[in-house]
Order: sequence, then structure tokens, then C-alpha cells
Amino acid sequence: MVEWTDFERATIQSIFGKMDYDDVGPAALSRCLVVYPWTQRYFGNFGNLYNAAAIQGNPKVAAHGKTVLHGLDRAVKNMDDIKATYAELSVLHSEKLHVDPDNFRLLADCLTIVVAARMGADFTADVQGAFQKFLAVVVSSLGRQYH
Amino acid sequence: MQTCAVRPSRHSTFTHSTSATGYNMLTKHEKELIAKIWDKMIPVASDIGAECLLRMMTTFPGTKTYFAHLDIRPGSPHLRSHGKKIVLAIAECSKDISSMMVTLAPLQTLHAYKLRIDPCNFKLLCHCILVTLAAHMGDEFDPVAHAAMDKYLSAFAAVLAEKYR
Repeated sequence: MVEWTDFERATIQSIFGKMDYDDVGPAALSRCLVVYPWTQRYFGNFGNLYNAAAIQGNPKVAAHGKTVLHGLDRAVKNMDDIKATYAELSVLHSEKLHVDPDNFRLLADCLTIVVAARMGADFTADVQGAFQKFLAVVVSSLGRQYH
Repeated sequence: MQTCAVRPSRHSTFTHSTSATGYNMLTKHEKELIAKIWDKMIPVASDIGAECLLRMMTTFPGTKTYFAHLDIRPGSPHLRSHGKKIVLAIAECSKDISSMMVTLAPLQTLHAYKLRIDPCNFKLLCHCILVTLAAHMGDEFDPVAHAAMDKYLSAFAAVLAEKYR
């Protein structure tokens, strides 16, 4: 079981409490598709992903970005058992969607950078540490049911 | 907590020196964008460098093992002077990315024979450099700039590790 300090718990609740999911979700996913173009392999039916502008303007990408970020909310609300929270989603990503689990890390990195850009100086080293620890647990849980 | 053993990320591992020069990976526009960003960092190199290092050591505590001989508390002069060296090296190299192999030759030797930092740590610092740039540039650090910068830093790290074995 993961141990969270008071600072870490407060930081995670604060960041997600203030976050506009419908802005950050699409921003993170579209960034991932631009910065790591091979991730586009999972979105063959999303239409035009031809260049950065197309990706950032694509409504299916935006909708899916929102879905993903709202999915992250489940971990925010269940920080003491993230592994169990994502057991089913892990199976889904492995057995049905066949997503390479390294992609979870790529998206987490892009999300970190989007949040850093939004928060500026408030995204201090300590806040970053807490945020990345949280995402590392999420990433690990999503990869847990792969075999 | 991420350590190298747990995070063998494949997306920034280059084994071919031609791709490592960045020469084939970056467009002319991307190289100009990268040079422009780093040019702005030169006057604040100590601040930026110290911040990158602090972010790295806070988020990835295993990296602190390389700094046992320095005072790495926030604001320390060691952190600032060391951070400045790193930022200036990256900025200098960005002025002529195609010549990266030549420019970095002395640093390659230093890292391979003297410092011997496990190269898996380079991507951890690169990530924290991207975070620092995002925190300072906000929306200006858009996906295109981010992609270009990530490619440049990956190439830089790969070249730095080339003399290790």
C-alpha cells in the first residue's frame, strides 16, 4: 500500500480540485499525440491527425481527453487503493485495447507538463514531486493486470 | 517514485549516432525554435539550472546520489553554479545543433571516464528541463515547441553517453 504524506494528499486534492478537466484533458492527450506521434496508432478511427493543428482541433481527441482525465478522478478520490480502483481498467487496456503500458508513462509526462504550464511558479519542485508520485502509482496500477 | 530500474522507458533510447546528432530528426524551423528558447535562458542560467536540478532531485530521489559532495538545498550556491554549467552547455550546443558531436566531445569524455553518471538519469533531467520550461513559458511552450525540445534533449543525452562503452 502506498504511503502518502499530508502534504502529498493536500497537493493532489488541491491540483485536481482547481483543475478544469475539460481543458486539461484534451490538452494533455493532444500533446501526447503530437510529441510522441507513434501513440496515434491507437486512434486510427479518430479522423484527421495529420499535423499538430489538426490534432489539437480534432473533436474526437478532445472528447477522449476529457474521458481519460475524468478517469483519473477515480484515483484522486481513492488514493489509498489506486491499485484496486484501476484493476478493471488495466484488464481493459491490456486484453481489449492492447495498449503498450509504456504509453501510460508518456501521457503522464505530457499531463505533468500541461499542469506545469498552467500553474507556472506554483508548480514548485515539491508539488511536482507529489504530482509525479501520484501519477507513477496510477501508471503502475494501469499496467498491473498485464501478463 | 520512479527509479531507472522501474522505468526503462523506451521512447528516448537512441543507439545510432546518426540519429543522435539531431541532424536528421529536427527540421530547420525546429532548430531555430530551440535556439531561440535557449537564447532566452542564458541570462537566467543559474536560476533555470538550479530549478531543473532541484525538480529532478525532488521527483527522482535516486539522482541525489550523484551530488553527495555538494550542498543541494534549495537556493544553494552549489546548485546554482552547477545548474548554470548545464544550462550553458545545452544553450551553446543549440546554436549549432548539426555540430553536436564535435561540440560535445569534451563533455562526452568527462561523463564517460570521470563522472560516470548512469545514462538512464539523463532522461530524468531532460524531463525536468521540459517541466521547468513549461512552468516559465506557459502556453508558449506549446506541443510543437515541446516536441522539438524533447527531440533535441534526447539527442543531446544520447551523444553525451556515446563514449561510455
